[in-house]
Amino acid sequence: MNAPRTPAADPLHQPAPHESAHLHVRGSALYVDDLPDPPGCLIARAVTSPLAHGRLRALDLRAARATPGVIRVLTAADIPGHNAIGPVVQDEPVLAADLLSFVGQPFALILATSLEAADAAAALVVAEIDPLPAILSIAEALDAGSFLTAPHTICRGAPGAAIDEAPLRVEGSLATGGQDHFYLETQAALVLLEESGSFRVLSSTQHPSEVQREVAGVLGLPSAMVSCEVPRLGGGFGGKESQASGTACLAALGAWATGRPVRMRLRRGEDMRQTGKRHPFWARYRAGFSAEGDLLGLEVELWSDGGATLDLSGAVMDRALFHIDNACFVPALRFVGQVCRTNLPSNTAFRGFGGPQGVAVMQAVLDHAAEVHGFEPLALLRRNLYGGPGRDRAPYGQQVQNNHLHTIIDKLAADADYAGRCAAAAAFNAQSPHRKRGVALHPVKFGISFTKSFLNQAGALVLLYTDGSAQLNHGGTEMGQGLHTKLAAVLAHELGLDPAAVRVMRTSTEKVPNTSPTAASSGTDLNGAAVQDACQTLRARLTPLAATLLGCPVERVRYGGGGVYDAETGARVTHKTLFSKAWMERISLAATGYYATPGIAYDADQGQGTPFYYYAYGAAIAEVELCGLTGEHRLRRVDILHDAGNPLVPTIDVGQVEGAFAQGLGWLTTEELRWDGAGRLLTAGPSTYKIPTAGDLPLALHVALLEGAENPGVVGGSKAVGEPPFMHALAVVSALRRAVAAFGNPGAQVQLRLPATGEALLDAVDAARGGPLL
Amino acid sequence: MTTPTAAAPPSLSADALCFTLNGELERPQSWAPTTTLLSYLRATGRTGSKEGCAEGDCGACAVAIADNSAEGPIFRATNSCILLLGSLHGRAVLTVEGLTQAGEAAHPAQAAMVAALGSQCGYCTPGFVMSLVEATYRPTLAAPGWRREDQLAGNLCRCTGYRPIREALDAVAGSRPADRFAAALCSPAPAAALHVVRDGERFDQPATLDEALALRAADPAARVVAGATDLGLEVTLKGRRWPALLSLEAIAALRGAWVEGQTLVVGATTRLADLEDATEHSIPALHRMLRYFGARAIKSRGTIGGNLCTASPIGDLAPVMLALGAELVAARVSGTRSIPADDFWTGYRSTALTPDELLTHIRVPLPGPRAHQAAFKLSRRRELDISTVAAAFHLELDASGRVERARLAYGGMGPRPLRARGAEDALVGATFDESSVRAAAAALEAELRPLSDHRGSASYRMRVAKNLLLGFLLERQKDGLRAGAAALDLRHTGTLALDAAPGARP
Ligand SMILES: Cc1cc2nc3c(=O)[nH]c(=O)nc-3n(C[C@H](O)[C@H](O)[C@H](O)COP(=O)(O)OP(=O)(O)OC[C@H]3O[C@@H](n4cnc5c(N)ncnc54)[C@H](O)[C@@H]3O)c2cc1C
Ligand code: FES
Ligand code: FES
Repeated sequence: MNAPRTPAADPLHQPAPHESAHLHVRGSALYVDDLPDPPGCLIARAVTSPLAHGRLRALDLRAARATPGVIRVLTAADIPGHNAIGPVVQDEPVLAADLLSFVGQPFALILATSLEAADAAAALVVAEIDPLPAILSIAEALDAGSFLTAPHTICRGAPGAAIDEAPLRVEGSLATGGQDHFYLETQAALVLLEESGSFRVLSSTQHPSEVQREVAGVLGLPSAMVSCEVPRLGGGFGGKESQASGTACLAALGAWATGRPVRMRLRRGEDMRQTGKRHPFWARYRAGFSAEGDLLGLEVELWSDGGATLDLSGAVMDRALFHIDNACFVPALRFVGQVCRTNLPSNTAFRGFGGPQGVAVMQAVLDHAAEVHGFEPLALLRRNLYGGPGRDRAPYGQQVQNNHLHTIIDKLAADADYAGRCAAAAAFNAQSPHRKRGVALHPVKFGISFTKSFLNQAGALVLLYTDGSAQLNHGGTEMGQGLHTKLAAVLAHELGLDPAAVRVMRTSTEKVPNTSPTAASSGTDLNGAAVQDACQTLRARLTPLAATLLGCPVERVRYGGGGVYDAETGARVTHKTLFSKAWMERISLAATGYYATPGIAYDADQGQGTPFYYYAYGAAIAEVELCGLTGEHRLRRVDILHDAGNPLVPTIDVGQVEGAFAQGLGWLTTEELRWDGAGRLLTAGPSTYKIPTAGDLPLALHVALLEGAENPGVVGGSKAVGEPPFMHALAVVSALRRAVAAFGNPGAQVQLRLPATGEALLDAVDAARGGPLL
Repeated sequence: MTTPTAAAPPSLSADALCFTLNGELERPQSWAPTTTLLSYLRATGRTGSKEGCAEGDCGACAVAIADNSAEGPIFRATNSCILLLGSLHGRAVLTVEGLTQAGEAAHPAQAAMVAALGSQCGYCTPGFVMSLVEATYRPTLAAPGWRREDQLAGNLCRCTGYRPIREALDAVAGSRPADRFAAALCSPAPAAALHVVRDGERFDQPATLDEALALRAADPAARVVAGATDLGLEVTLKGRRWPALLSLEAIAALRGAWVEGQTLVVGATTRLADLEDATEHSIPALHRMLRYFGARAIKSRGTIGGNLCTASPIGDLAPVMLALGAELVAARVSGTRSIPADDFWTGYRSTALTPDELLTHIRVPLPGPRAHQAAFKLSRRRELDISTVAAAFHLELDASGRVERARLAYGGMGPRPLRARGAEDALVGATFDESSVRAAAAALEAELRPLSDHRGSASYRMRVAKNLLLGFLLERQKDGLRAGAAALDLRHTGTLALDAAPGARP
């Protein structure tokens, strides 16, 4: 149940803490690995490939099997069903049988009574592997012609000619790095055996239906024999959308083979080595501008590193292509994207899902143009924003509606004194030889919907009890984003319940089947609408009864204030009275709800369509100070104005904006994945892979939500808010470029690679000033 | 209802492990000398403390231990994932489960986190709550300042962006409510002697140095452990076990720092957090390096002796000891000897200690009236990170600004912490100015051969090593070339204190 709250208040659009906050702070919120061991429970651990590419010739498991405490050691040959999983195409073995395609790929599974025993056995596995040449980067994949997808092209007009004839041109490339999800809770599953050979999988997954389907496939069972339940996630960020399945399937395989419950949790190093990450991208761009700075044409080629298997890489590339334009209208364009296959763990969804990598390209183009052609960056941006006659079509043809970009940028630039602070930074720079400051504004426009249109559906199941309490089941998973908090508010609002009377249940495939992943920022939009739908069904059944009890016509019945009342007289009945009376009258108190987003469709062959239901907007201003002796920098201040529609729970949305910004900041500054020449991850733990700490965030971090931004057609007039604010961190990159530029002469392009680590920044500063200081 | 107590358990014997957990006696039955507190807690159903990394780097596992400090008795939040269970013998531990009992209102630290929306997924939250519990009862946190900023540096959160957690910290820091926890803090019990053999593995935790030296002589192969912030990682990441562990935890005589004439004498098992307090005014350069060291949770367990004996080429305190001209005092049954810092690190991860010796004290000269000192640390991330380059400089200038003596020491620039003698020679006799710094930088280039690794390339390390010399000059010039060492705020733009200390939070 929820924490006590004053009853009677309508919880929608009101500030509220996270619905589990009181459990989080007591340590009594249970995550998968906190669930008590069922009797006889075994621990599973994988034995993984030491090579990036190779053929498994022979496997000697005798010593491993003889290790005290070891119950079974399994290989691909033990799999009863399909040894292939994957969210789009099933190209990923659960246990590699023959071909090893990345370091960390599991090829054997040890089931033991303790982790120590499993570790001891793993060290005794003897694998003979014939090494094969490995492809470890986008550059190597391009040389070898190694791809996972065909090119996807979006085209408009004649960009080549537009650029060739343009008075001003820029041409360059941009590499963006990968990023480990670093959810604080690593991948985990606990599998229980139930009656007649059925399985219950408790998984830390964003996609319980996929876990159910994959486990059933691997065990050769009908889906109905497998249930998947999600207590809660200790963070997901996309990393547990498709890639929670691997751990769940291995644990399930172990349970099937031993007839005992099995627990599996990846340790941090295993998680970082074995699972995929944000896709590194490499982009080449060519752009033409008018003398005044109007973008006339843009050509972009994008390549991503998909890793060893397809996973969600195709859709990630699609979203990257859909976001190259970001906030800018591009009259003539050609965007082409293709996913490379490499011998690295298969890269996967990560907050933004390719969007940030696309948006970063437009930023690079504009920054580049401003640097070499001397435009004031904000003026250049303003010239090119969507809006005005004939300037509202996205590259793929969708109309950019309800465009708040101008409002947001004007308000933010004024409130945060963009012009004054640029001038102050310039004055500071003029008198400071070794420290330079930079101020920059960066906009975001982000399309909301799964770009695979069929995923845009959701279900809910609302159960009312005769004492006036309710259980809410929906298809989404709670991973910290506050989905349960918001949907409890929606249910309470729709039925007039006190939120304290609503209990949000564990997500379970037994309650809502065939769900979509909780991803693409869509959790609230889709599941919230499904909850509304269920509530409508219930109201339709209950309102006539309420009217009878209240002695008023049905039109006057209202749900609110912790009861049901007559809008005219104020007479009311309690939910307890209404629900128990309904039961006596044999009216069903359970209802399902369903929602499918209307009006979206995309034709990938044509590169045209309406992939998004709507856009979310925002902008950020960052101010940095950079040390020219060490390359260190400090974020002095960040201001963000973000469009969350009419926020369902504003405090939760502010938390999403701040958290996404911090995560983006890590991607762009401190977080760097380093691999050795053999495809082994060198940064496989927090001692070497550095996500931001509290001290990396500016003391002055001002986040505001755009007011009066009701979003028609979405539950409560709200907007999705999980992913779009991630890209606000790009403001930091532009600000850093400005600080770097201040070390050199005007008119030079800043040579800053990403992530902008201290070393990258010192290199950029040295390049700007024409060499090292000493 | 159990009242937490920090006092020693009543019936403490040296042959069975016993400590106080959330006010109740805990007598672990199934444990090994390498068992960590976190694995013990979780195996016994106390799953409030989480494992996010098992290497001390995320804080999700934080618990609090009642302890004395310069600011009085406090609860020290620390990482249970690398804390050896045996080292807790006799002590009082608080976990998140112990903060609220049935029917009780949430502890202020918990309530503040809820009110500020400090949790999203909640996985990091118990650890933050324990850091906030420490903050609640720390008198020095009543006013804002670097100590508050430092309080959160050991906890990672991937969801919130930290702003709400900082707000929660501000709400409770230094508030010291007169509750049952404050009452329990009156006399925190130290670790007690323990001598046990478990499944053939020995764990000795003597209470006196003499006993420790005797044990060392009897079994030089036994592995010495102090705070275990280094050794603990061998357990959790590499699965190491040892036939015998010799823990220095219970030897009170090895802990503490005091001034003898012109020297600060530091006991080898002095906690880094205590050393930080002890040096704030007496040796600012050492203090400054300690500010950058790991995070408070690590400094609350890690010791100076452990840092120097582990002999990491990227350890932070070794360069400071080299630059400041410290002496390291080693003892064995037959007597003690003093080893100049210059002779202590003999190669990659090796020291001049013989197998039967223990490091007992470190003697650090206080800066003289003509001394200019500084310590710098370059790392990928400001807080909680290992150095890419660490540097510590000591110059003595005569009245005319000429360099009389120079000691320039670096970490991360070779296989061991080292002095840059060539660069020192280039400075001695010259005026401390840009041209002598250029000459010293050229000498650095000739004498140091740093490695390229995932923390930084050789070229970056070399450029930074040189630029830091210039930064040192600029820092000293900023102070009008008066002798001393600049203070540094964690909110400075980098390791160099060149900008004005930023003010309060806007
Ligand atoms: C998250 C994290 C962050 C860290 N950050 C930093 C950092 O910023 N900078 C840095 O330099 N280090 C850092 N470290 C490393 C480590 O914390 C320090 O080196 C610490 O000072 C070690 O002290 P300890 O008492 O915990 O050593 P222990 O782990 O107990 O011992 C370390 C080694 O020294 C030996 N030893 C200890 N005491 C003695 C003695 N008196 N006589 C003889 N031998 C002895 C032990 O046998 C062992 O081999 C970090 C570690 C972690 C986990
Ligand atoms: S689990 Fe990460 S610090 Fe202990
Ligand atoms: S709330 Fe999720 S890691 Fe902090």
